[in-house]
Amino acid sequence: MINKFVASPEAALVDVPDGATVMIHGFGNAGMPAALIDALIAQGARELTIVNNNAGNADAGLAALIGARRVRKILCSFPRQADSWHFDRLYRAGEIELELVPQGTLAERIRAAGAGIGAFFTPTAYGTRLAEGKETRRIGDRDYVLEYPIHADYALIKADRADRWGNLTYRKSARNFGPIMAMAAKCTVAQVRETVELGELDPEAVVTPGIFVKRIVKH
Amino acid sequence: MKKLDRKQIAARVARDIPEGAYVNLGIGLPTLVADYLPKGREIILHSENGILGVGPKPAPGEEDEDLINAGKEPVTLLTGGSYFHHADSFGMIRGRHLDFAILGAFQVSVAGDLANWHTGGAEDIPAVGGAMDLAVGAKQVLVMMEHLTKKGESKIVERCTYPLTGARCVDRIYTDLAVIDVRPDGLQVVEIIDGLSFQELQKLTGVPLKRLATAA
Repeated sequence: MINKFVASPEAALVDVPDGATVMIHGFGNAGMPAALIDALIAQGARELTIVNNNAGNADAGLAALIGARRVRKILCSFPRQADSWHFDRLYRAGEIELELVPQGTLAERIRAAGAGIGAFFTPTAYGTRLAEGKETRRIGDRDYVLEYPIHADYALIKADRADRWGNLTYRKSARNFGPIMAMAAKCTVAQVRETVELGELDPEAVVTPGIFVKRIVKH
Repeated sequence: MKKLDRKQIAARVARDIPEGAYVNLGIGLPTLVADYLPKGREIILHSENGILGVGPKPAPGEEDEDLINAGKEPVTLLTGGSYFHHADSFGMIRGRHLDFAILGAFQVSVAGDLANWHTGGAEDIPAVGGAMDLAVGAKQVLVMMEHLTKKGESKIVERCTYPLTGARCVDRIYTDLAVIDVRPDGLQVVEIIDGLSFQELQKLTGVPLKRLATAA
């Protein structure tokens, strides 16, 4: 019998090694899997590469992971915010590496990894400093920049409901990066509000099919 | 001459958004446009984080942490609205499905180059968000900004000195002094505020302007 339910956030992240690439779902706090991030901090893995839209807000969640100096590098589109002080401090001290990626390119690079795409040309950032050093090509009457997928060892996501096969639904704009990060990682761990019996999720309403999900924690 | 204030610029932009338009409002000044969209028109607002049909701010106490806009402020969803993931959201943007992106700016060049994401200062932590995708993706890119910097320098320039967000992407500029179209043959003034002559506007603006016959 397939059963992806795991007893605790700690149990779900026990094998994350130092140096892992970890995608963390969420746009600000919407969709951020706070219980999984807390468990990752407790677990102790270091030198992580993190993929998220932002670089943490205030003192909880991703900000706490950064503040605990577990992150070597972050790929994101919008690190600087009024309350991103943990990232700001480490960045100014040269203690965290930043790869700044336009938001749509970030999403598509994640999607490409999950969909088996080797690289893609996007018009975004052509002619700007974020395209410096990158291969470009004129296709038709437009100029494009070559971008590569972002693969991850783990994706930590927050969903609304899950069954034991790993089928997921989301809630409102907390969906954001969840479905594509779930596809892009070797091991996707979902923190969910509610677990339900197989068959209770309307198949038409499943957003992330269970094939993309390895472990589920109710929190 | 009395310059338009921020709300008046927003109201002026809002007047030009037609029935049925799909529109993305950038963070900051452009967000104000939502308050002035003509009541009789159905206009669908898009938010990068995966919403079509963004509604007004919720009543106090009705906020939902799972329902926020790209500026991470609580919003509501209009009847008929929908949610989708980030790759689809930016597919809508890059795929030329949005009718308008309304963006703030540090500078716009004569050629329609846009600079709005980074001052380029060594001390400033860069953050780009969805600005570069909106600049290349929307069918029309409308910029709204003050005409002059705090020091009185024109923000409409021959060449942007700040790092570019996108090249040749701006279609129209709304400022506190004028409405100006970016055309292949140069900048064309569509409208000037009351009490300011074309000659005075030209003097304040760093680059040559053309005058539409109907502009005051």
